[in-house]
Amino acid sequence: MIMRKVVEGSIAVAHAVKTIKPDVIAAYPITPQTHIVEKISEYIANGELNAEYVRADSEFSAISILVGASATGARTFTSTSSQGLALMHEVLFNAAGMRLPIVISVANRALSAPLNIWNDQQDSISQRDSGWIQFYAEDIQEAHDLLAIAYRVSEDIEVRLPSMVCMDGFILTHAYEPVELFEESEIRDFLPDYNPEVYLTTENPLTFGALATPEYYTEFRYVQTRAMERAEKKIAESLKEFNEHFQRGETDLLPVHGPEDGDVLVVSSGSLVSTVKEVAEKLGNDGFGVKVGKMLCFRPFPADAMRKIADGVDKVIVFEKDVSPGSEGAIFSEVKGALYHSENRPEAYGFAVGLGGRDVPERVLEKLIMECIRGERKEGFHFGDVRPVREAIL
Amino acid sequence: MDEVVITLGGVVKPGTARKNKTGSWKVFKPVVDHEKCILCMRCVNYCPEPCISVVDEKIEMDYDYCKGCGICGDVCPVDAIEMVYETKG
Repeated sequence: MIMRKVVEGSIAVAHAVKTIKPDVIAAYPITPQTHIVEKISEYIANGELNAEYVRADSEFSAISILVGASATGARTFTSTSSQGLALMHEVLFNAAGMRLPIVISVANRALSAPLNIWNDQQDSISQRDSGWIQFYAEDIQEAHDLLAIAYRVSEDIEVRLPSMVCMDGFILTHAYEPVELFEESEIRDFLPDYNPEVYLTTENPLTFGALATPEYYTEFRYVQTRAMERAEKKIAESLKEFNEHFQRGETDLLPVHGPEDGDVLVVSSGSLVSTVKEVAEKLGNDGFGVKVGKMLCFRPFPADAMRKIADGVDKVIVFEKDVSPGSEGAIFSEVKGALYHSENRPEAYGFAVGLGGRDVPERVLEKLIMECIRGERKEGFHFGDVRPVREAIL
Repeated sequence: MDEVVITLGGVVKPGTARKNKTGSWKVFKPVVDHEKCILCMRCVNYCPEPCISVVDEKIEMDYDYCKGCGICGDVCPVDAIEMVYETKG
């Protein structure tokens, strides 16, 4: 039986967590993530979820608590945003290096300064090299569903890497949509219990994250990289199995929407993908072949799939909610990096849009895409929607 | 499009937060019943935004900055503050 309800994005995520039954949840509040851990605390207080709920004194502590808990073989969860994720930075590398399958949800929000509580994806994109798998949800249903996929992939013995499931702050966390919510019985069939081979007990003490000298450190990073490569296959498999099991969700690592023979490929991530799809459809009606590539996971980066979907296109356009000052958008760099190794190297345009919660209406995307199609834009990276600026001292 | 002035590091002079009328955020507005009020000053001390003061021996709310948190109503010992749903526009 399908339980379909209109719920807030954060509540859908909390519900998914309840059915996945983590043993330990650590929590520290931060906008726009707070509703997720608040709702989970309610489930525990009501007796709907039997888990250890630890209120931490910072995000650094929250993720550190999960590292300890995960080492004992517990299934773990937390959620954060922006400065909270930035504060976790050091521990994220530890979690990945210790190969602990922690799963967190990230409500994407801009980083200070200037202080801004609204959405962009700079927070999680900045954790690119931490060794964490990164999923980006297009809508609330996907933010809910990807949690099950994240646990399944992370806990797979072939992978054993932590995952973050990213959802656009406010745009998804605070919006209401009809969502098909997991039943506990159906999730049990898709996601087996987590029973690690090696775990910490007081009877059998173990050391996690011990010193590795220069003779060994490279090999540790090497095996993490290999695990990420295996994760790519596992994610693709899990998506297909999820779809068979629940009759919904994407079946490809890098889903494509629109005409197969389109000569323009637009790549984006998160909730922006929905807007891009609308624009691509409209431009299709006007006679322009625009297809949309949805970056469902940024780590592992689906380079082979990117080359495949870009095969035969004249132009690739990337819309992303992050920027690396002194360089360009991270997704744009990586898309171009993948396409360097393809026979057909299309023209490449990258745009930073939607920073710090700036709305990204269809007309902005349509204008930028058309400027690229008409050859009115220089190839390379641009700020897509920036007002004229005068710099002053005070 | 209008030009926007960005100061180096976003540095501004003190007191500019006054220009940001955060009172527009509120959903519920505290309304005082002066008949019931005993001027105990609890709401004045508990208001996290310093939006409550006493003017001419009467409690006065600064709705320009009151975000409608309702703490004043909660701490009032004589239930003299009612949170009223505010309709806008």
